[in-house]
Amino acid sequence: MENTRQTSANPRIDLKYRRKKNAEEMRYQIISFALMIFLTLIAFGAVYYEGFSHWFVVPFIMLLAAIQVVFQLFYFMHMSHKGHETPALFLFSGLTVALITILTFLTITWI
Amino acid sequence: MQAEEKFTEMTWPASPEKATLEAKNKFLGFWFFLGGETVLFGSLFATYLALKDKVPDSSHPLAKDLFEMPLTFLATMFLLVSSLTSVYAMYHMKNYSFQRMQAWLLITVFLGACFLGLEVYEFRNYVHEGHTFTSSAFGSAFYALVGFHGGHVAFGLLWILSLMLRNAGRGLNLYNAPKFYVASLYWHFIDVVWVFIFTVVYLMGMVG
Repeated sequence: MENTRQTSANPRIDLKYRRKKNAEEMRYQIISFALMIFLTLIAFGAVYYEGFSHWFVVPFIMLLAAIQVVFQLFYFMHMSHKGHETPALFLFSGLTVALITILTFLTITWI
Repeated sequence: MQAEEKFTEMTWPASPEKATLEAKNKFLGFWFFLGGETVLFGSLFATYLALKDKVPDSSHPLAKDLFEMPLTFLATMFLLVSSLTSVYAMYHMKNYSFQRMQAWLLITVFLGACFLGLEVYEFRNYVHEGHTFTSSAFGSAFYALVGFHGGHVAFGLLWILSLMLRNAGRGLNLYNAPKFYVASLYWHFIDVVWVFIFTVVYLMGMVG
């Protein structure tokens, strides 16, 4: 069993190793959090500045949002870890349907 | 390794959220649910984008007249930081320190409640400006999308609080660790949706 293997012959060393691994991962999380805050600030700043044209700002802030969501999914929700193939399939299938719905509503609705 | 087994720091497995069969099923099932939630919010975004600023006459406020940057920015910060605090909670869960996990979850719940409070205040202002659920197609689409997200936040708060209270006297085991983990996934997903709401609804609304 995968889960019984973790109790090694030398649990103290094992614990130390795992603590280190967890701390290392936490450091990556904090870096991605800092980047997320940074992207948010740029997005708000781009709108606040008002000097840019509408045609630049909208795609630009959408791109920033997409990057930020990648950080959320892959680091905060651990999709970068192994064993997340099926979750990725579920999420991206959902995303495909969602994007097609948005495309449809944007192109065939008129009031 | 049984779900109710008492653990120590030494024997606590490296991935407690996936250590039992029940946990693995919960993990997969929850991601399946998140796939469905993506579709749900996708259709609400589609509706909003199709009906944005569609009002019966010029006496109704448009997105440009309604949204205010400071309020949106503050709400975004509350939710973003609460996402980080729940990451801290899961870090302590993996290190088998139950009290620290509970403390970080409490901070997460507090920040989530602040976000919800701001949203209620914001909606109240909009209603005073004549922007209600039934005032226009724009109003219906706006409240359906943002309100659904707010409802998710409220549900998440109740969920995390119930988990904290129910397990307060138990400590961590392989029965409740996956529950905490899945609740934190849900909380991150709420933040993912908010990133698109603040961009598509608020920032794009302010741009015009």
